[in-house]
Amino acid sequence: MDRTAQARRAADAVARRSYGKLVAFLAAAMHDVAAAEDALSEAFAAALADWPRNGCPANPEAWLLTVARRKGVDRFRRHRHGEAAAVQLQVLAEIGESASADGDDAAIPDRRLALLFACAHPAIDAGTRAPLMLQAVLGLDAKAIAAAFLASPAAMGKRLGRAKQKIRQAGVPFVVPTRDELAGRLDGVLEAIYAAFAEGWSDPGGTDAIRRDLTAEALFLARLVAELLPQEPEVLGLLACMLHAEARRSARRTAEGDYVPLAEQDVALWDGAMIDEAEALLSRASRLGRIGRYQLEAALQSAHVERCRNGRTDWTPEVQIYDALLALCGSPVVALNRALAIAELKGPEAALEIMDALAADGRLVDYQPYWAARAALLARAHACHDARHAFDVAIGLAGDPAVRRYLQDRQAALPR
Amino acid sequence: MQYLLMLYAEEGGWARMSPAEQEQGVAAYGAYTQALKTAGALVGSNRLQGSATATTVRVANGKSQVLDGPYADSKEQLAGYYLIDVADLDAALAWAARCPAATHGIVEVRPVWSM
Repeated sequence: MDRTAQARRAADAVARRSYGKLVAFLAAAMHDVAAAEDALSEAFAAALADWPRNGCPANPEAWLLTVARRKGVDRFRRHRHGEAAAVQLQVLAEIGESASADGDDAAIPDRRLALLFACAHPAIDAGTRAPLMLQAVLGLDAKAIAAAFLASPAAMGKRLGRAKQKIRQAGVPFVVPTRDELAGRLDGVLEAIYAAFAEGWSDPGGTDAIRRDLTAEALFLARLVAELLPQEPEVLGLLACMLHAEARRSARRTAEGDYVPLAEQDVALWDGAMIDEAEALLSRASRLGRIGRYQLEAALQSAHVERCRNGRTDWTPEVQIYDALLALCGSPVVALNRALAIAELKGPEAALEIMDALAADGRLVDYQPYWAARAALLARAHACHDARHAFDVAIGLAGDPAVRRYLQDRQAALPR
Repeated sequence: MQYLLMLYAEEGGWARMSPAEQEQGVAAYGAYTQALKTAGALVGSNRLQGSATATTVRVANGKSQVLDGPYADSKEQLAGYYLIDVADLDAALAWAARCPAATHGIVEVRPVWSM
């Protein structure tokens, strides 16, 4: 292999291994995500020019950090003046030196968690937190993120740019919140990770490589937070919940791409190792003694898995978990799912009564799963006329062609 | 970093309060200002006269237009401000949350443009 190819391979390896850590370290030192990203990408470009000539350094991370720091200092001198800039330069110089003097990449402090908290800060637009985290920590480009979140690359680029500008100008801190603030702030981080996962999850066929990757990236972030905050049960709960969902990926569609509801999935297609890991995480979380939304959602997944695997027909545990979840977050979506569990326990009429009450809320009027569930319950209750109408709405609201096909088949099967 | 905390409140609120409540309100702001001073965070602060006293000015085509009334015609009006100097946005938000106006109105936090 020639030296250029070798240098590129070494740089790729460092990027894969340490990109997030390097950006986080620089961003925290510079109080500026965009400047850190720019400085690091300039350092990578410098490496591709330098390493083929002078050989790969023994500690590529420290080499990149030193160059990135120098680029950052240059940029600072060009763009900013005054006292604040002088202090900042001093900080940059000191931090950069201490990291490179140790000559060991383990000596680079891991600031990724602080970076995640900055990205998911309440001062940042809620819808931009997940894309920002993916870009800052994983280095995904705006184009890939835009595709994953069904936005135009230009619009996504603008949103990300605005968020980074706010972090810098408003002085959003790069710190892990103190104990008493942690729970509230952690919610923002977990919600953003879950949002990224849900985006990837909404392409169940895995036909779109970028969106399939998004579930993997979200799992990576959840694992990272779980590793850095091992005593936070909700982090473990979220990871467990995501693993449970991911374990069923290949069972969610037939080979022809047709939608398969959970109750009809082939349990042999589930990923047993992932389910085991999820169960272990959930029991670790419960030993920490603080229940929360994600642990309950994971417990639900776990109950579904257990019921399907063992052919159990009793829905009591699910209903109990939904009760707890509803008491905790009062979301109409949870209330809807609880109604479906009650349908299994007490019949479709009982569930439809709950759903009628829920519809008064108004928030469910264009929520596709509400109409799909309503249609299925009405069909079971032999209210064919109403069922046909509910199927129409559910089909009209469905974005996934496989789901649309599935519902059309069910609608056609209604007795005339 | 310096942040401007802009206090917005519904203007009729003050007049509807009993003298005892008004006294309590003034005391709460006094205590808040004192706390900011003690922490070494206070740069400056003022309460403003009501928006009925506001006059807006703009120059168009070389001619100045002077209009009676505030710029934004909203229910909550700018009632005062605190200019504070703290470490970061979290510290500024923590002070904003302690401000009495955050309870009876809204506090907008804006970083000051640093030169």
